[in-house]
Amino acid sequence: MTKAAKPLDNPIPSSSQLAEGHLLGIEGLNPLEIGYLLDKAEGYVDHNRQVDKKLDILKGRTQINLFYENSTRTRASFELAGKRMGADVINMAVEGSSIKKGETLIDTAMTLNAMQPDILVVRHDQSGAVNLLAQKVDGAVINGGDGSHEHPTQALLDALTIRRRKGTLSGLTVAICGDIAHSRVARSNIHLLNIMGAQVRLIGPPTLVPKSFERMGLEVHHDMRKGLKDVDIVMMLRLQMERMQGSYVPSTNEYFHFWGLDYEKLSAAKPDAMIMHPGPMNRGVEIATDVADDIDRSAIREQVEMGVAVRMACLEVLCAQRQAS
Amino acid sequence: MSSLPNSGLKAFVNARLMDPASDLDVAGGLIVKDGKISDVAPGLFADGAPKGAEVIDCEGHLLAPGLIDARAYLGEPGQEQKETMATASQAAAAGGITTIAAMASTDPCIDEVALVQYITRRARDTAIVNVVPTACVTRGRRGEEITEMGMLAEAGAVAFSDGHRAIGSPQVMRRALAYATGWDLLVIQHPEEPSMAASGAMNAGEMSTRLGIPGVPSIAEVMMVERDLRLVEMTGGRYHAACISTKASIDAIRQAKDKGLPVTCSAAAHHFALNELAVGEYRTFTKVSPPLRSEEDRLAVVAGLADGAIDCIVSDHSPHDQEAKRLPFAQAADGAIGLQTVLPLALELHHTKQVPLMRLLDALTRAPAKMLGLSSGRLAAGAPADLVLINLDMPWRITESMFLSRSKNSAFEDRPAQGRAIRTIVAGETVFDLSET
Repeated sequence: MTKAAKPLDNPIPSSSQLAEGHLLGIEGLNPLEIGYLLDKAEGYVDHNRQVDKKLDILKGRTQINLFYENSTRTRASFELAGKRMGADVINMAVEGSSIKKGETLIDTAMTLNAMQPDILVVRHDQSGAVNLLAQKVDGAVINGGDGSHEHPTQALLDALTIRRRKGTLSGLTVAICGDIAHSRVARSNIHLLNIMGAQVRLIGPPTLVPKSFERMGLEVHHDMRKGLKDVDIVMMLRLQMERMQGSYVPSTNEYFHFWGLDYEKLSAAKPDAMIMHPGPMNRGVEIATDVADDIDRSAIREQVEMGVAVRMACLEVLCAQRQAS
Repeated sequence: MSSLPNSGLKAFVNARLMDPASDLDVAGGLIVKDGKISDVAPGLFADGAPKGAEVIDCEGHLLAPGLIDARAYLGEPGQEQKETMATASQAAAAGGITTIAAMASTDPCIDEVALVQYITRRARDTAIVNVVPTACVTRGRRGEEITEMGMLAEAGAVAFSDGHRAIGSPQVMRRALAYATGWDLLVIQHPEEPSMAASGAMNAGEMSTRLGIPGVPSIAEVMMVERDLRLVEMTGGRYHAACISTKASIDAIRQAKDKGLPVTCSAAAHHFALNELAVGEYRTFTKVSPPLRSEEDRLAVVAGLADGAIDCIVSDHSPHDQEAKRLPFAQAADGAIGLQTVLPLALELHHTKQVPLMRLLDALTRAPAKMLGLSSGRLAAGAPADLVLINLDMPWRITESMFLSRSKNSAFEDRPAQGRAIRTIVAGETVFDLSET
């Protein structure tokens, strides 16, 4: 069961970053491109449920996962995606590498570039670092999350999860709750949902959802019950430990009391509202365990499954794009 | 309050009704039912009180909403040798005050929900006037981590303050103000740049130079106020500068209000009644924080009260025992008692025609009620029957023997006064009656 790398049906305008062979963020993509990636990914969902998952679409291609930040699911997801597509995948973790010895980002990029990788998946703790690296290498760069900037494949997998459950993105009301200010997941999702015609509401304490987001044309709520009123989708974000103890939020106790998702607050949303979380979850901090584990409402495990399919699609589309140009 | 509201009718007749909230100053009467004001009107009961009502003849004296003191330290928990809610509330009642906002700078300080509940419980069981809790802005008043402001407010905290300790870090203040906007909570600052004020014991100036006492420069106040005003502008947080004492900081607040910022400030009675000369020969009872300032600053406080730049008058009641005050000046504790003297000192400004009476009462009733979100502080049907009957002209002298506070550290001993509370009513019940003392 193999599929050939077909040339694209060319929905990609030449000004797009996808046309340049990178996926650095959702911002700047158009609805056609996003729809195209989701359609591609859709095709891999069933494929991934088969016993034999190996394809040869990216046979002979080299994929390097360069992770400057710890990651379990994203790195595993990209690694599996690459391997299932037939690419040779290696993981570079910062721990124990020359980066720890003081090598700069650009030097590392140039070194890896000399090994002729076709795809670099990069995660970095600094916003903009992945864009910088993309300017210095010849292969395709996929942003695996940069600082508080973007995490495009997460937004795509979230969109695929929503689309499969709700049929469409357009016209839905989506609440994104928690540490919006520091979240790359939130930013990518805000862009994607805006582009695809969904209404976005942001919910969280004023220290984590500053008023400046209102200037992006988004509804900001500090009262979760009001913010969740009649929403179709509830996206919870992880609250980083270092933000909990009195700097942005006084305590996990207070955070859960006002912004933790439990059935009481969830009752304000539509009866069939779907719950999402990019993981890893802090149970009892941003989400109650019974809500997180509610198989009728929670799509959290489905999101992980969609992640592999979405990343396979991204790898395929970028490689095809590069081959075509 | 120790007593339950009386369900019977009470008619206050023959009163000069004065209510800043409705801009009312008229001869009339007021009727109380179930601890609430049920009617208030000019000429009410001109034909006699309703049958069955207990009649209180005000004899033409001024009947106003009970005073609200937004800043007083009540000793509990932790310093019961200096003050208790019972003794402080008796002093408050004698001073015409029907609601006290208790400062959170106790020991332990009020930075947890259980402690807010403790204040509410102790007040209910022991105080004869209303005591509403405030809570700390930062844990342990350390100025580092914000408290659980949302849950503290749910538990009943009406405002947030670290007491006589300034929130020094601008980043912490920024976060506190921003976080507070989630519930429109009030953050109260002790406006003093802490490093500038650290070693000082009185106002920096000629007087401190002569006495050889390290001074707190007046700019320590305006620096903090101006910094905070920038943060208010940035965050939209509701901000109150407590016990403002210098011309420059009053001007800064006035300008901020003109810009429409959500800012209020208060003055302690000693800052408009005294200047730095009162320190005299190292009188530690005049050692307060912020310190007594120059005459120019004192006049600016008076002017600020007159034009409304200063919203509220507070007692800044700070009881201290002999051990804390009978010390070399710089080593003595800051603070003076004030619950019983705030009204007569405010009335001085009326008698000297420096501030209109309506504005003074506004600063003691409507303004603090609005700031703290209280339903009292007004003469209106449905409002709590918290009232004060004031004899505006009675001459008397402030003496140590009259102080009901457990501590006697007043800066105003032996000061002649004109006008005082002759009867104080909380939820329709008389808690102080001068004729019975």
